[in-house]
Amino acid sequence: MTTVEKPPYERPIGYGRLLRKEDPRFIRGKGNYIDDINLPGMLYGAILRSPYAHARIKSIDVSAATSLPKVVAVITGKDLEPLKLAWMPTLSQDTQAVLATDKVRFQGQEVAYVVAEDRYAARDALELIDVDYEILPAVVDPRKALEPGAPVIRDDKEGKTDNHIFDWESGDSAATDAVFAAADVVVKQDMYYPRSHPAPMETCGCVAQVDPIDGQLTLWATTQAPHAHRTVYALVAGLPEHKIRVIAPDIGGGFGNKVGVYPGYVCTIVAALVTGKPVKWMEDRSENLMSTSFARDFHMHGEIAATKEGKILGVRVNVIADHGAFNGTAQPSKYPAGFFHMFTGSYDLAAAHCKVTGVYTNKAPGGVAYACSFRITESVYLVERMVDCLAAELGTDPAELRLKNLIKPEQFPYTTKTGWEYDSGDYEVTLRKALDKIGYSELRKEQAEKRQRGELMGIGVAFFTEAVGAGPREHMDILGLGMADGATLRIHPTGKAVLGVSCQSTGQGHETTYAQIVGEELGIPPEDIDVVNGDTDRTPFGLGTYGSRSTPVSGAATAVVARKVRERARIVAAAMLEASADDLEWEKGRFFVKGDPERGKTIQEIAMGAHGSVHLPDGIEGGLDAETVYNPPNLTYPFGAYICVVDVDAGTGKVVVRRFLAVDDCGTRINPMIIEGQVHRGLTDGVGMALMEIIDFDEQGNCLGGSFMDYLLPTAMECPDWETDFTVTPSPHHPIGAKGVGESATVGSPPCIINAIVDALKPYGVRHIDMPATPGRVWEAIQKGKQATA
Amino acid sequence: MQITMRVNGDEVTRDVEPRLLLVHFLRDHLGLTGTHWGCDTSNCGACVVHMDGEPVKSCTVLAAMADGREVRTVEGMITNGVLDPVQQGFMEEHGLQCGFCTPGMMMAARALLDRNPHPTDAEIREGLSGQLCRCTGYATIVRSVHWAADHPAAAPAAAGAES
Ligand code: FES
Ligand code: FES
Repeated sequence: MTTVEKPPYERPIGYGRLLRKEDPRFIRGKGNYIDDINLPGMLYGAILRSPYAHARIKSIDVSAATSLPKVVAVITGKDLEPLKLAWMPTLSQDTQAVLATDKVRFQGQEVAYVVAEDRYAARDALELIDVDYEILPAVVDPRKALEPGAPVIRDDKEGKTDNHIFDWESGDSAATDAVFAAADVVVKQDMYYPRSHPAPMETCGCVAQVDPIDGQLTLWATTQAPHAHRTVYALVAGLPEHKIRVIAPDIGGGFGNKVGVYPGYVCTIVAALVTGKPVKWMEDRSENLMSTSFARDFHMHGEIAATKEGKILGVRVNVIADHGAFNGTAQPSKYPAGFFHMFTGSYDLAAAHCKVTGVYTNKAPGGVAYACSFRITESVYLVERMVDCLAAELGTDPAELRLKNLIKPEQFPYTTKTGWEYDSGDYEVTLRKALDKIGYSELRKEQAEKRQRGELMGIGVAFFTEAVGAGPREHMDILGLGMADGATLRIHPTGKAVLGVSCQSTGQGHETTYAQIVGEELGIPPEDIDVVNGDTDRTPFGLGTYGSRSTPVSGAATAVVARKVRERARIVAAAMLEASADDLEWEKGRFFVKGDPERGKTIQEIAMGAHGSVHLPDGIEGGLDAETVYNPPNLTYPFGAYICVVDVDAGTGKVVVRRFLAVDDCGTRINPMIIEGQVHRGLTDGVGMALMEIIDFDEQGNCLGGSFMDYLLPTAMECPDWETDFTVTPSPHHPIGAKGVGESATVGSPPCIINAIVDALKPYGVRHIDMPATPGRVWEAIQKGKQATA
Repeated sequence: MQITMRVNGDEVTRDVEPRLLLVHFLRDHLGLTGTHWGCDTSNCGACVVHMDGEPVKSCTVLAAMADGREVRTVEGMITNGVLDPVQQGFMEEHGLQCGFCTPGMMMAARALLDRNPHPTDAEIREGLSGQLCRCTGYATIVRSVHWAADHPAAAPAAAGAES
């Protein structure tokens, strides 16, 4: 279903373009980020990190550091051992060192924690800590890590004699082999989705304060999941959960970087307990890039089978997943490779199978981050590259090949060969809209002319389906916590509302979007609704924001709780109007008596009435407040068609993304301005991934992407003026039909750009180029092609 | 050492370590936390303030170097209770999401408009090329700067966005 968006309202009550409620504080410099928090007597923490990727710690001498003026304490792993805090559980049921005691296992690993009176003194003290290391051979390549005789990284684990973490499969291997055996055409391609980093502009950090009298711990932290973090602290540190308050104030971007529980948070809590003073810890940029949740690092071998007419039959994939030194990926427990088994993409296949092997290496832990929808980034990249490889093999247009194979609207709900149930979609309409809008056939003509002149222009097409809003809790949990979300809605007597949600904004504009959902359901204007998130004392339990789950889960909870309020309001209104509740009709903001529209009460009048003297029927307690927990029945499946145009300089290998059109379908659209912003952000990730970003390592395991000089992020110069459009296919099972959009463009854009680059390089016979397609790599591919054709 | 400077119009004098960075002076000593810090290598521009009217990365300037100078931060963008058009433009055109890069971005944009009141898209992109934003993808920032250029006298805050 395609609809045309209504023109912007001045100030809509409900859905529509609404300027953000959070902006007035941000544009005045009055945001409240972690590093803006200053408490009386506050001390500063700093972390000493390992310079080596793999080394045994022979001794640590902190005496010189401790005797430095202004230094209050130096904490090492040995100090944490008696507290049973030297190790902590990860979100993947592994363990991770808080401060290393036996060995360091990646460069940048936490070794000691200094507490001092100011941040400069804390840094000075780091220089004075003397650690005696015995350097061990580092394991950098995950394929080598699996070879017999490779140094064992996790010898802390009893009986561990290799670096293998898990093998995981999805789909039907025998059926897939049969399809491949019978297929006319099989195309194979190795590809590497490089290790990258979410790199939010605000690094990770926290402030911990312990009340000496009642033992209450307050932790202000850069967290996308305050409630989940609180539970983890309760479990790790044995602190009573009701004595822990986690506050996420304004967060300067997350993108999955702020899902994990990092050693720095734990050390800061310990430091506050030990010193009795509030302690602040804030990473510097290198610490952020070198030690916190990286993303991707998937070595993939893909195969695609088709008939010679271009009907795609099957896809199979083998993956070596580099998880670093500790298995610290954040995803539902059942799925060690996240949602990678979405690799069947948007196509109707006869069979599919994947096998993923997780491996330890001497690198930072992490893996699921960076707007990846639990590894759907990797899966969409894989399938969209494979489809293009197939198109090249068959000599077909990549858009035509997709149109031929997309799942048809009448096939929804569609169950994939790896078990996902796609809720709704009309893929062909969306792809055709993109092709029309960008002028695909004219672009192909332009390209042909340019090729004649020896100019390299490429057109990339990608189609993606996402699975977001994790998830039904019988299938999805993190550390045993089901992925449901709560909402509470308080309606004050004057009709002003306060909504509490368990998800956490990291810039997405939740204060605005959720106020609009409440406004749509209750007719209360947005300025009369405050949205509270990020404080475990003021919001209901829930698992937080990542995997584009805020709108699908917390947004649903918000609609449901607002509807509960409305049903209460109906009863109160009936009492006020001396009518039967069944005889009342609702229009946005007001109940009235059927057939007598003049006789009615506004939601504000009803709110006052609910606290007033009107006689309410038995069983109704008064007040309109309500709460709910929303357990999603299924995930939601946003999708989109992306097309871009690149120009490649044959002399230098430099790629310029000239145009990029994203046609997204995220179901019901709450605030189109915010949606557009979310899409723009993800498209920029695509430019970063495809052209610039990589966290690489040398043979000794030295991180080569540890600063913004080395880990290149897109600036305004590399980004085109994004073009966007949309279709609307509501989710049938979501209370408001919304599907979530936060990560769509991050998922869909990298293959689109790589497809365009490969398309540009077609005259040189290039079939694939790994990300990032830096000028050097592109230039090399051109030279190789020249040699081959010479 | 003792330093004296004018910050957002007010004279301040403080005793500081010679190595203290201007960004930390503003944030930790003066409590002007609107100026942010985002990297170790002068790449991100979250810290941009004006020194004698010129944009500088305050992470790359010692507080001592600002001695005797006039410093303006995001907190000083409002004059007489009226938002700078750049501030208004960022709200109108959704030029911010998490808001972390925003103060530096707006200060850089202000400096650009002071030099060039009607920049083209390309000039805006170039003028902001020392600034990183991870949220917006820059297109809405370009639009925000155009909005400011088109509304040199800031209008009252638009509906839904008053504080
Ligand atoms: S803090 Fe990054 S440039 Fe100044
Ligand atoms: S708005 Fe978040 S970094 Fe720019």
